[in-house]
Amino acid sequence: MPITAVNDFVVKFANVNGSGSASANGLFVKSILRSGVPVAARNIFPSNIQGLPTWYEVRVSGEGWMGRRGGVDLMVAMNPQTWDKDVAEIEPGGYLFYDSTRPMPADKFRSDITVIGAPLQRICNTAYSDPRQRQLFKNIIYIGVLAYLLGIENTVIETLLAEQFATKPKLIPANIEAFHMGVTYARENLKPLGLQVKTADAVGDRIFIEGNDAAGLGAVYGGATVCAWYPITPSTSLAESFTNWCQKLRVDKETGESKFAIVQAEDEIASIGMVVGAGWNGARAFTCTSGPGISLMQEFIGLSYFAEIPAVIFDVQRGGPSTGMPTRTQQSDILSAAYASHGDTKHVLLLPRDPGECFEFGAMAFDLADRLQTTIFVMLDLDMGMNEWLTEPFKWDDAKQLDRGKIMTAEMLDAGRDFGRYLDVDGDGVPFRTYPGTHPSKGAYFTRGTSRDRYARYSEEGAVYVDNMERLLRKFETAKSLVPQPIEAKAGKPTRFGVIHYGSTGPAMDEAMAALEAQGLYVDALRIRAFPFPGEVFDFIERHDLVFVIEQNRDAQLRTLLMAEGGVDPARLVKILHYEGAPITARFITKEITALMGAPVQSEMAK
Amino acid sequence: MTYIAKPKFAHPSLQPNAVGYTRRDYEGRVSTLCAGCGHDSISAAIVQACFELDLEPHRLAKLSGIGCSSKTPDYFLGASHGFNTVHGRMPSVLTGANLANRSLVYLGVSGDGDSASIGLGQFAHSIRRGVNMTYIVENNGVYGLTKGQFSATSDKGSKSKKGVVNHDSAIDMVSLALQLGATFVARSFSGDKAQLVPLIKAALRHKGAAFIDTISPCIAFNNHAGSTKSFDWVREHNEAVNRLDVMIGRSPITADYSEGSTVQVEQHDGTVLTLRKLAADYDPTDRIRAMGFLQERAAAGEVVTGLLYVDPEAEDLHDALGTTRTPLNELNTADLTPGSAALSDINASLR
Repeated sequence: MPITAVNDFVVKFANVNGSGSASANGLFVKSILRSGVPVAARNIFPSNIQGLPTWYEVRVSGEGWMGRRGGVDLMVAMNPQTWDKDVAEIEPGGYLFYDSTRPMPADKFRSDITVIGAPLQRICNTAYSDPRQRQLFKNIIYIGVLAYLLGIENTVIETLLAEQFATKPKLIPANIEAFHMGVTYARENLKPLGLQVKTADAVGDRIFIEGNDAAGLGAVYGGATVCAWYPITPSTSLAESFTNWCQKLRVDKETGESKFAIVQAEDEIASIGMVVGAGWNGARAFTCTSGPGISLMQEFIGLSYFAEIPAVIFDVQRGGPSTGMPTRTQQSDILSAAYASHGDTKHVLLLPRDPGECFEFGAMAFDLADRLQTTIFVMLDLDMGMNEWLTEPFKWDDAKQLDRGKIMTAEMLDAGRDFGRYLDVDGDGVPFRTYPGTHPSKGAYFTRGTSRDRYARYSEEGAVYVDNMERLLRKFETAKSLVPQPIEAKAGKPTRFGVIHYGSTGPAMDEAMAALEAQGLYVDALRIRAFPFPGEVFDFIERHDLVFVIEQNRDAQLRTLLMAEGGVDPARLVKILHYEGAPITARFITKEITALMGAPVQSEMAK
Repeated sequence: MTYIAKPKFAHPSLQPNAVGYTRRDYEGRVSTLCAGCGHDSISAAIVQACFELDLEPHRLAKLSGIGCSSKTPDYFLGASHGFNTVHGRMPSVLTGANLANRSLVYLGVSGDGDSASIGLGQFAHSIRRGVNMTYIVENNGVYGLTKGQFSATSDKGSKSKKGVVNHDSAIDMVSLALQLGATFVARSFSGDKAQLVPLIKAALRHKGAAFIDTISPCIAFNNHAGSTKSFDWVREHNEAVNRLDVMIGRSPITADYSEGSTVQVEQHDGTVLTLRKLAADYDPTDRIRAMGFLQERAAAGEVVTGLLYVDPEAEDLHDALGTTRTPLNELNTADLTPGSAALSDINASLR
């Protein structure tokens, strides 16, 4: 039986990298959003510019589930190279849409799916003589066919095309014409599918934006003035976003002067070096990178930790180790960020869930860096960073002042305040600092990566070193109360089972929790939003007999961190790991937890 | 005690400069380098230059990497903020510091191990970006802290203290700086304070990337026969193209320039550099000819010193970026945060 569903299905586009499909697919997603139906879209693309397979998976969910569900209801198969794999991925009863210009042998189809062909290339070849036009308009034509098949209003797409080409109005009529070629062909030759988009009001005032873009805007609102970066997928668009937002929001209209400085460094080492230099000198500075960049930055991260210099690093995680899978997603830099550099170090990690938190944490990171005088990592991943997500609108409290932390001013020095750069005056482990140039005779000190006493004087005395290292631990303890606290989602019924998850796993976890409850399986879910872990994290583990820790890496890195920092019995933390490079799905989580909560775990728990 | 502070005692007859500081105010802690180290002479030259420039010590930020040379910022300008960064990475830290606050004077001190090996890339990129700084390489052609290995500036054919002959070509930092677009390039010798002090003064007043390669013999590991960075060798092969004095508007020119021809170069800030030509055909504003001259004299076995190139119209990284005149670290919440109204518009554009 063909699948029938209204506002709840998965469409996957199989394309060729460089064929111009991205804007057409984006248009498709926007048209569903403008119909008032929540949608989540994910690019699955190769580390290549042109010619290799690329996919675009669209989750349409009137219920508002924004993670990947798993499975495909409608495959738009535009890449012969991946045909067999794409066809195999379709759910029983699902749909296959393809370009029927050339006949395909019968064994290339499946009997349990509905096949819809449209001669896209023939239509293009008839309408256009220019090869590039034939390619680009083919994409718009298939959007027209799909709009008819799924019941999307023409006017929605016409409006979007007008918006998309607002700066090149000559292109609008040609695109609308191509769109109608598709609609017309479908109306005359095809029947609407069992999958339908019905206008709804379920999007509300939510916005649609990439996490990197949101984080770049967050850095603007967080008062970042210096960005030093080096191009690396998937973080590049974060620096580009910061540049764009700064040019819009931070250029003085009268003088034309920029209230920011952005430098594309020669490498990752120089980029973090500039951040450390700027942070030392009192500017809010950041870099953005990915795992390989973090590896290169280790030495400076240690300096930031030990010399206590504010720095912010946005780590947009990708598939590792080494060059790994540069354009695939993972959460596999957790440990290397938490304990980055040699010697005893611990760093603050912020773990946003979606673009809304990318903005919020992106701004907050600079307050934290100044307050704690250390490196703050904001841990995005490719899924969140480079895909547009539906998220709550950004909010800002105009009463909020940037928190510059403990700065000893010239006035304070003149008033006789004792200044020791590494003195723990408040017992929270956080010392006062002075900016270079503060006072003619007081407050200058020498910053170094070597051991020193409370007054910044070089010292290799064991007791002095230990005193300093213990204070750094006190500071890390202080961080627990400053970082975003975890959020617990309680199950519908009391349960002995818990789930811990973080970051971009959140949306799929929400859906999995509902799916589990539908099966009568109840789990409380705790979403960790930062490291160091506030006490509530360990309370949660204490309150549950068994806690599943869901991660998108092979080695259960967060679980390791929980064991290392909280002394948790490993047997109580059960790994659920998904690390093949595509974002985790609700079905995967549901299946794993269902299996674990079945007989084996129940009997284990009964012992 | 693992640090040595200088005694507070100061001679009452010390004369203050125009901003009220005595030379003593420009000193730092007691040096822990070997007695006779060329680097200490450079520190003394920095002290004298800053004193004579009437530079308020706290308005200078001194940054270094790792190594003997990089320890020296502790030994001068004790009232300045200093930053002993990591090996070879001083230039990026200085660049960041400069971006944060353009109103301070930036002095980077490095060594040949620090800048010509691990830090060659950062050296190059800070120079090509035109960071407004004075970058001094204290060049002794040897790794002192690890006891005598060749560095990348050791001349091919020169000998180590143990008699080993260096078979690698030397990196000439001055030629590199010229090629990379430094707008002030000089070389000097730690044993020639009369030449070095005015060069440092001029570099500190220069807007843009000012580079001074200073041959600074290592008394412990590279001051023997066979070394081309020893005191004796440099004295015998030093070919000074000019002698310099710096006039800062109000200061009269005190040097006697009666011998030879002179050339005057006025910089952006009004500083006038007066050069007494020793090499008659040497033009310090011609980058291309300077490069050729250096190569020619190097082939003849000479170490050319003096102000080798200056672009008086130089611009710096801030000019290229169009950064606000107000130091970035002084911008406040109102300057930086666009506010909720702007955010509402942004939200609306994302639907």
